[in-house]
Amino acid sequence: MAATTSDAGTRRDFLYVAAGSVGAVGAAAAVWPFIDQMNPSTGALALGSTEIDLTAIQPGQQIVYKWRGQPLFVRRRTPAEIESAKAVDVNSLPDPLARNANLPDTALANDADRATKPEWLIVKGVCTHLGCTPTVSTPQIPEGEYGGWLCHCHGSEYDTSGRIRKGPAPENLAVPPYTFMTDTRVKVG
Amino acid sequence: MSGPSTYNPKSGLERWIDARLPLPRLLHDTVHTFPTPRNLNIWYTFGGILAFCLGVQIVTGITLAMHYVANANLAFNSVETIMRDVNYGWLIRYIHANGASMFFLAVYIHMFRGLYYGSYKAPRELLWIIGVLIYLLMMATAFFGYVLPWGQMSFWGATVITNLFSAIPVVGSHIATWLWGDFAVGDATLNRFFSLHYLLPFIIAGVVVLHIWALHVPGNNNPLGIDVKSPQDTVPFHPYYTVKDAFYLVLFVILFAAFVFYSPDFFGNPDNYQPANPLVTPPEIVPEWYLLPFYAMLRSIPSKLLGVLVMGGAIVTLVFIPWLDTSRVRSCRFRPLMKQFFWGLVVCCVLLGYCGAQSVDAVKFGIPMVWVARIASIYYFAFFWLIMPIIGLIETPKKLPASIAQSVLGDKAAAPAE
Repeated sequence: MAATTSDAGTRRDFLYVAAGSVGAVGAAAAVWPFIDQMNPSTGALALGSTEIDLTAIQPGQQIVYKWRGQPLFVRRRTPAEIESAKAVDVNSLPDPLARNANLPDTALANDADRATKPEWLIVKGVCTHLGCTPTVSTPQIPEGEYGGWLCHCHGSEYDTSGRIRKGPAPENLAVPPYTFMTDTRVKVG
Repeated sequence: MSGPSTYNPKSGLERWIDARLPLPRLLHDTVHTFPTPRNLNIWYTFGGILAFCLGVQIVTGITLAMHYVANANLAFNSVETIMRDVNYGWLIRYIHANGASMFFLAVYIHMFRGLYYGSYKAPRELLWIIGVLIYLLMMATAFFGYVLPWGQMSFWGATVITNLFSAIPVVGSHIATWLWGDFAVGDATLNRFFSLHYLLPFIIAGVVVLHIWALHVPGNNNPLGIDVKSPQDTVPFHPYYTVKDAFYLVLFVILFAAFVFYSPDFFGNPDNYQPANPLVTPPEIVPEWYLLPFYAMLRSIPSKLLGVLVMGGAIVTLVFIPWLDTSRVRSCRFRPLMKQFFWGLVVCCVLLGYCGAQSVDAVKFGIPMVWVARIASIYYFAFFWLIMPIIGLIETPKKLPASIAQSVLGDKAAAPAE
């Protein structure tokens, strides 16, 4: 009698655990599509990567391209701008890190690690303070003291390598992942 | 039967909540210990199945609404974006579309169950009427929902149905214009239909709560149609009917899944994969299958206003059923004559559905389908307004069993309940 009772008890326990486990797996499988549907669709992901044609950009000129819903600065730097960017001591910067998605997080903000092709500086046009779009500085109309950008919202000033030099912004302008497909065509993202 | 609560809060937390908001008590009394007749069969599982369907439609509908755009220029493409680009969008859309068909399949079985076992009879008249209200809300919701993809059938179905209102004398065309928000079905109509389609399911949910409340006052009917006479006639809802409902729900979902994964466009109309064109009418305008019987009734009457009244009358008739049936016996199991007319009604409804799918001048086996629809419509109304009252008075019912327990347990019914 005792053996039969414990057998029946064990069998019921087994059935409960087995049914419960299968039910849990089934429930997870049923719920997943409803969670995953909120992830970016293939359409959104396709727009995550764009190719930009650089042929029309003159030295000293910047274009603003919409990338992943935000402004992207593509700036063709003059030799003077490259010089002034290289001359800065990295350790004196408010933010010494490169903030370059193509490099490890620990890379330092040397100009060579900000713009792999020195003539082309490609950075996200999003001020790292609170997200405004900074205004570009040109020799004709200077914005800020460092020749790069001035953010009019709260006065952050960036240099010709997009690094923060003065003002409340904590980080250098972010460099997105990009690869040059040819000398005149870059794929960002 | 609703009686004193049997909930006994054990832990301190349970007592604390029970003193402030007795929701666990409510759930315990309605879903755990609720005394339910012990002889319920498969046809009584469709109420639970319907609640499941409502939940599925709401969840899939809300997730679809995250991607759908209710603008006449963008709606069709937004649905295709869901099908092609949104992660699992194709699955959610097919579940929602086929879910509507499964919802109506379940509701028709549920309603026919009510007719067969006399579940509409006293004291459950309001329960039945609330059910008719839910059915009406479901039809409205399904109609609005079908318009949203803005295909050819969406647009022209909307045009036909909203034009029905113009049949009303004097104010009809003004009502139609008011419904459209424009001179014809268009962007304004689509936007408001989306709003209403999102709203109505939550109204349905509220009315379902009333439906279950109205059920729990007298308690469930049962296949014998005789009242519960003692606790021996019942079993606690859990685990007996939670498990039974879950089992038949699984079978239902298997059928549901067969459509979603192996034939998701079975119930659909190919014309709805064409974007809406207000200038070109498709050769056949057909509603979804669950509205076909009413469509057949509408088209079988040559007069526009009369056709609308007959179609509306068919649904309004349902409200009066508790008073049209004069029999003192509830269940058709003991009503040999009524049983046959009941099956006649089932055949007639299926026939009406078939006619609704044919073109107006179709002829099969030498018989014009419009005449089949007319005769079936006549039977439909005759069943409720003539047969139900008369049969109840002239029929000799079979002998009813002494009690539910006795019919289930035989002579052991005298033994104490376990």
